[in-house]
Amino acid sequence: MATSKAFLDTELLRLVTAGSVDDGKSTLIGRLLYDTKQILVDQLEHIEDASRRRGYDYVDLALLTDGLRAEREQGITIDVAYRSFVTPRRRFQLADAPGHVQYTRNMVTGASTADVALILVDARKGVIEQTRRHSYIVSMLETPHVVYAVNKMDLVGFSEERFDEIAVELAVLGSQLDIRDATVIPLSALKGDNVVDRSDAMPWYSGPALLEHLETIELAADRNVHDRRFPVQWVIRAMAGEHHDYRGYAGQVAGGVWRAGDEVVVLPSGLHSRVAAVETVGGPIDEALPGESVTILLEDSLDVSRGDLLADPANAPVVARELTARVSWMAERPLEDRARLLVKHTTRTVPALVEEIVSVVEISTLEDRPGPGKMELNDLGVVRLRLAEPLVVDAYARNRATGAFILIDEATNETVGAGMVVDAA
Amino acid sequence: MTSRRTLSHLDVLEAEAIHIMREVAAERERPVLLFSGGKDSIVMLRLAEKAFRPAKFPFPVMHVDTGHNFPEVIAYRDRRVRELGERLVVASVQESIDRGRVTEQTGPRASRNQLQTTTLLDAIEENGFDAAMGGARRDEERSRAKERIFSFRDDFGQWNPRAQRPELWNLYNARTRKGEHIRVFPISNWTELDVWQYVARESLELPSIYFAHEREVFTRDGMLYAASDFVERYPSEEPFAATVRFRTVGDMSCTGGVRSDAATIDEVVTEIAATRVTERGETRADDRVSEAAMEDRKRVGYF
Ligand SMILES: Nc1nc2c(ncn2[C@@H]2O[C@H](COP(=O)(O)OP(=O)(O)O)[C@@H](O)[C@H]2O)c(=O)[nH]1
Repeated sequence: MATSKAFLDTELLRLVTAGSVDDGKSTLIGRLLYDTKQILVDQLEHIEDASRRRGYDYVDLALLTDGLRAEREQGITIDVAYRSFVTPRRRFQLADAPGHVQYTRNMVTGASTADVALILVDARKGVIEQTRRHSYIVSMLETPHVVYAVNKMDLVGFSEERFDEIAVELAVLGSQLDIRDATVIPLSALKGDNVVDRSDAMPWYSGPALLEHLETIELAADRNVHDRRFPVQWVIRAMAGEHHDYRGYAGQVAGGVWRAGDEVVVLPSGLHSRVAAVETVGGPIDEALPGESVTILLEDSLDVSRGDLLADPANAPVVARELTARVSWMAERPLEDRARLLVKHTTRTVPALVEEIVSVVEISTLEDRPGPGKMELNDLGVVRLRLAEPLVVDAYARNRATGAFILIDEATNETVGAGMVVDAA
Repeated sequence: MTSRRTLSHLDVLEAEAIHIMREVAAERERPVLLFSGGKDSIVMLRLAEKAFRPAKFPFPVMHVDTGHNFPEVIAYRDRRVRELGERLVVASVQESIDRGRVTEQTGPRASRNQLQTTTLLDAIEENGFDAAMGGARRDEERSRAKERIFSFRDDFGQWNPRAQRPELWNLYNARTRKGEHIRVFPISNWTELDVWQYVARESLELPSIYFAHEREVFTRDGMLYAASDFVERYPSEEPFAATVRFRTVGDMSCTGGVRSDAATIDEVVTEIAATRVTERGETRADDRVSEAAMEDRKRVGYF
């Protein structure tokens, strides 16, 4: 059991990658997979073949990450791709978001579930508009950790001076955007310097190689263990036999640590009770942590159903009819003032009216342009919404799980936007 | 209040899959859980128990039976569903053939694998299912890497890779118009190794063909196939005895085995962790046809 046991206790790290076209993102991911020995014989043969057919005299590691036929034909990546790799220290899940300006929505999507954002910077170009855009998104989505991979260091002679210049530019950007945990690593994806192994070509750099850094970032501290939140997803009722009259509230913990005996307020109704038990299929457990899917039983028999939220009465979220939120607009059709949409937040979906598009951000200057009247595809901005029924929310900066929502167009059923609560009343 | 306990990758993947199953149950009228008898669908059954016990599953379990399955797998299916006390729907490819819905291929290369698509779509329509949950994973094949967890199909069961909904946080949009249905893949983010580790952690029983055993096989295209009445052999394809195990359990006509002495779950996990060839590339003939084979089949409604 030696091998399997060793792998059983690894943590999952979710990573989103971003960069502009040709920064070397595909090469970097290919390099990570190759140097961590994730590439299997048949995959390697496949890309060797494909490289030969394209007339390359080297194996193009970037081909490992290309996906659908249409993209292969056009030679570009157009959609988020998810892949996994594992090292003895961690299990990685990678969302690869393409770099074109028009695909902001892909980056937002990938960043919404990421623990770490990996942003590529071309050492020759330094911080460009795309770097700002990606950093803005990461800051807006509160992705807990950011890594800037300053790539193609071989093309600037592995220069310490050049790297320092870029690191300063990134520090300025980071403070403008309030990015809390950013790390800058000089590397060469093509040659493998500082990707998996530390490079001899940059003796002036004393930090970790990219992989080592990713393997050691502390994730447990990112959880919100203070604000007890539990959106009821499904009511489990069993009438038969020993489980006569069983009524359990199933869901995924959205904050705090849940234990039997905890005081509970049910929102929006405001009813009070106490946790009788926290269970999984194996029976009662001592505690449930953020992210765990469990079942909670209450001491009192109350009218609780899907869409209700259980919370700590001493520290309750806001029952809101009005939201001010940051929004990423994802549809071809622009969002306009007075638009009607559905808001899906935790396990509750309610109709909403766009009272006002407050502002749209200008990425080149990072300034808000007030009163734009509408939001176009890939715009990021601030919107005020009036809700037809209440939602139970926290500010997104405080709790990602109870501060996030998606916008749905009721006519087409499409997901047309992502929202992050700033303020609620 | 601060708790130091960390969740392992299996804890996180399990919690995500349970959340997805409960969303499907809550947001769809008539879901169904597809079950092939393979390790991925056995994991799915376990996850459904975790999501809904002590109540019954809020959906039936459906098997698309090609009629050319390994007998061990059918026996396992019947026993497992009985133990769980859940409802089983069998959609039969043989029936689709008898009713003239599809035409059986002949010759040594004949496979009922493609025929499954019609049987599946017919069964979905006849039963009025509006969401079919399956155990496909993103690591199985490259075009799957971009498929969403909630994957929308048009009236012909087709998948359009260019018109996918963005999936943010754990907020899934399961809405469709009347008549449309969706496929949902709760274990999208799992790898083959994760599945085996989970099987080990949960002490799940698997059909015997997953473990090394001796059987009559023959060699074709560099792969080992089980000799059976369902597969016609070329004269040169002499059967011989070998110790093999199977990494997937598709139709006998297109599922190849690998030589292996791994007879227990731990031995298999150790072997997989050190493996040098991906599961599909090694053992599924239907994917070897062309580089874009999976993508093509998915466009026409294959799972
Ligand atoms: N010299 C050098 N070239 C690189 C490096 N990384 C990537 N490239 C090259 O830059 C080009 C674009 O790389 P690719 O990975 O396809 O970029 P993507 O568009 O960001 O995925 C290719 O020709 C790569 O070989 C590097 O570290 N050094």
